[in-house]
Amino acid sequence: MTDTISNPGPARLRLDRRTVLKGVAASAGLAAAPGFVRYSQAQSAAPIRIGFQCHRTGIGAAYGRWYEKTTNAAVKLINDAGGINGRPVEIIVEDDGTDAKRGAEVVAKFASQHKTDIVYGTLFSHVVTGSAPTAGELKIPYYVVSEGYHVASGKMNRYCLQPGITDVRSQVTSVAPWIAANAGKKVTMIFPDYAFGYDHRDYLPPALKAQGAEVIAQIAIPPTESSFTRYFPQIPAETEVIYHVMVGPAVLTFVKELGEFYGSNRPQLFGFIDSLEAVDINSPGLEFLDGSHFWEGSPRYAQPNDSDAQKVYRAAVGIDDNGAAVGDPKDVSTAAHMFGCWETLYVIKKAMEDSGYKGPEDRAKLIEATEALTEFKEGNEHPQGDKVFNGKNHQCYGHQNISKLEGGKLNVVHRTSIEDGHYEVEADYTTQPL
Amino acid sequence: MRSSALPPRILVLHAGVVALLFALNFVLPEYHHAVLARVMLLSVFAMGYNILFGYTGLLSLGHAMFFAAGLYGAGLSVYHLGWSIPAGLAAGIACGAALSTAIGLLALRTTGVAFMIVTMMFAQVFYLLTFYFAEWTGGDDGIVLSQEIRRFFVGDFYLNLTDPTTRYLLALAIFAIVLFATLIAVRSSFGRVLVAIRENEDRARMLGYDTFANKLAAVVLSGTICATAGAAYALLFGYAGSTFAGVQYSILPLLWVLLGGAATTLGPFIGTLFMYYVIDITSSYTSAYLLIVGIALILLVLFFPKGILGTIRARWAGWLP
Repeated sequence: MTDTISNPGPARLRLDRRTVLKGVAASAGLAAAPGFVRYSQAQSAAPIRIGFQCHRTGIGAAYGRWYEKTTNAAVKLINDAGGINGRPVEIIVEDDGTDAKRGAEVVAKFASQHKTDIVYGTLFSHVVTGSAPTAGELKIPYYVVSEGYHVASGKMNRYCLQPGITDVRSQVTSVAPWIAANAGKKVTMIFPDYAFGYDHRDYLPPALKAQGAEVIAQIAIPPTESSFTRYFPQIPAETEVIYHVMVGPAVLTFVKELGEFYGSNRPQLFGFIDSLEAVDINSPGLEFLDGSHFWEGSPRYAQPNDSDAQKVYRAAVGIDDNGAAVGDPKDVSTAAHMFGCWETLYVIKKAMEDSGYKGPEDRAKLIEATEALTEFKEGNEHPQGDKVFNGKNHQCYGHQNISKLEGGKLNVVHRTSIEDGHYEVEADYTTQPL
Repeated sequence: MRSSALPPRILVLHAGVVALLFALNFVLPEYHHAVLARVMLLSVFAMGYNILFGYTGLLSLGHAMFFAAGLYGAGLSVYHLGWSIPAGLAAGIACGAALSTAIGLLALRTTGVAFMIVTMMFAQVFYLLTFYFAEWTGGDDGIVLSQEIRRFFVGDFYLNLTDPTTRYLLALAIFAIVLFATLIAVRSSFGRVLVAIRENEDRARMLGYDTFANKLAAVVLSGTICATAGAAYALLFGYAGSTFAGVQYSILPLLWVLLGGAATTLGPFIGTLFMYYVIDITSSYTSAYLLIVGIALILLVLFFPKGILGTIRARWAGWLP
């Protein structure tokens, strides 16, 4: 908190020890309760204040920590290059505890206490869904890095945007042709029985059907489950591919038990890396995954054909060739997702520059400027790859990576086209008033 | 339900709190104004919990299901059935009343630790049902009640629940109604029977009171108040999700009541307010804020075992209800 407090007080004060002590105590009290203090209006050189709704605690803490590192790295580069509209960027972090209720409170805190220009950075979809109504009511732009289909579906509001990471529906649609062509035609899905799993449950079957493959069983695992053996007999014998997605913190148990169930004669495995983000892929118990394939938004391991932009990005964030923190190989990053923070910040920068953003009075112009964006070219600002943006449903679309786990590393074996991830867009936020 | 007349100073205190909260509507900065609206609703949740825990001596670990029953009763009827906001509120309250009656009839067959476990298990069932019926509830993502839905006419009177002042005043109205209803209930013969059950259930039964019926009434009253808070929360803040049915939302009202003072009418509000700001302020400075919250709770239990208002009542103001 760098804000100064201007509180002149009575004109005639007797300056004795008691008065000074009272003054110090009062100042400390005010500093501890910044909401009671009016912040000075943003001046032309005052920082652009971005409220970062961060999962510092709760189930999303591992993601939150790397989202924060990526954010700080991108903001440093933006500020070193002159900031946005000549103004430095300041990040104000509040922990939402990965909780929907607290998320809404944090958005309100950014808008009305910290007086940030925008709110940004949320990952978990239930926090986004819980917070979006507050952002809409307070008319504060809310740029999320969540990958859920919630924004693209039209269920949020005009102030909620996702321009830096693709949505799950698009990801699922993108990888379906590769699965059908390379892994097998008869697919059994194992997914968590909560929102993240539902996007897979709902959108993989039609995407596979369009490729001549089919989902022959869907096994939903309740969120409270810690052992999975009893679900495996439900997997049909003719299954050619097991499609598995995030099963929560119990992923190691899941993989171990799946290995015990199948032994060496298993179907093909295709998974979403989400369950293994921030987890060392060479952890004991994960050997069973060797030879299987994963979706990755951005590759965890450095690839031989990495672009210069990708190298710049990895160096700036501080991850080594194995996707772990430089100097700490055990601190594995959430590489498949955290690039979204970097890219979202550059989208915000672009939209603020396009709209000539000066302060909160220009928030509506900022939304319109973001909606007017149509494509992002691959480069230092978008190191994961080029993307297109749909201003109507506030969602970007891009490339996905399919990686094979071999030799203790994830090697990209296929990169989808942007068109692979397209689906019919029905939502149109631009019809909503600002 | 005979009630002894309220002594003037008790009446003045409670009316004064409501008047103070009303006055704060006009002076509070924007953020704290919004916080207080939330805190008032959450403290209604705590007041409901206090009826059962503080006055009746039944420790439930499943009250999130009553809050969530109101939340979903209101949210789903408005979202899927297109009911009006007042009808949604009524539906939420009715769901809470029905659920608490059913749960009370079953859970009250147990006592003590078993009661805690049974209520927690029922709440867990409710929580998982919100996922099982995710097609309607949206699961953990939940459902959003759009701004358009929450702007409506009651006769010729326009109400906009997305307006901060309207929201604050409605939260205050619900808070005030529940506060005085609680005050009247706990000072009535019914409330005294509940205290008698808490102190010695066998003796209360020996004196001729139907303790099961009184405890059931306490569960229903408690659950209905909690559901009222949940229904109002969904409608005023536009969101209903399974988070609110999770186990932490069964623990929170217990903490709020313990902090503020069990079996005190204003304790739940003080506890909720205190806890909210401790988390709000400390989380701005450190991610280890739950550690600070934990230390604060330990210190309070050590030095104020009866909670803030409970200690004040024990030491200085025995007349506090």
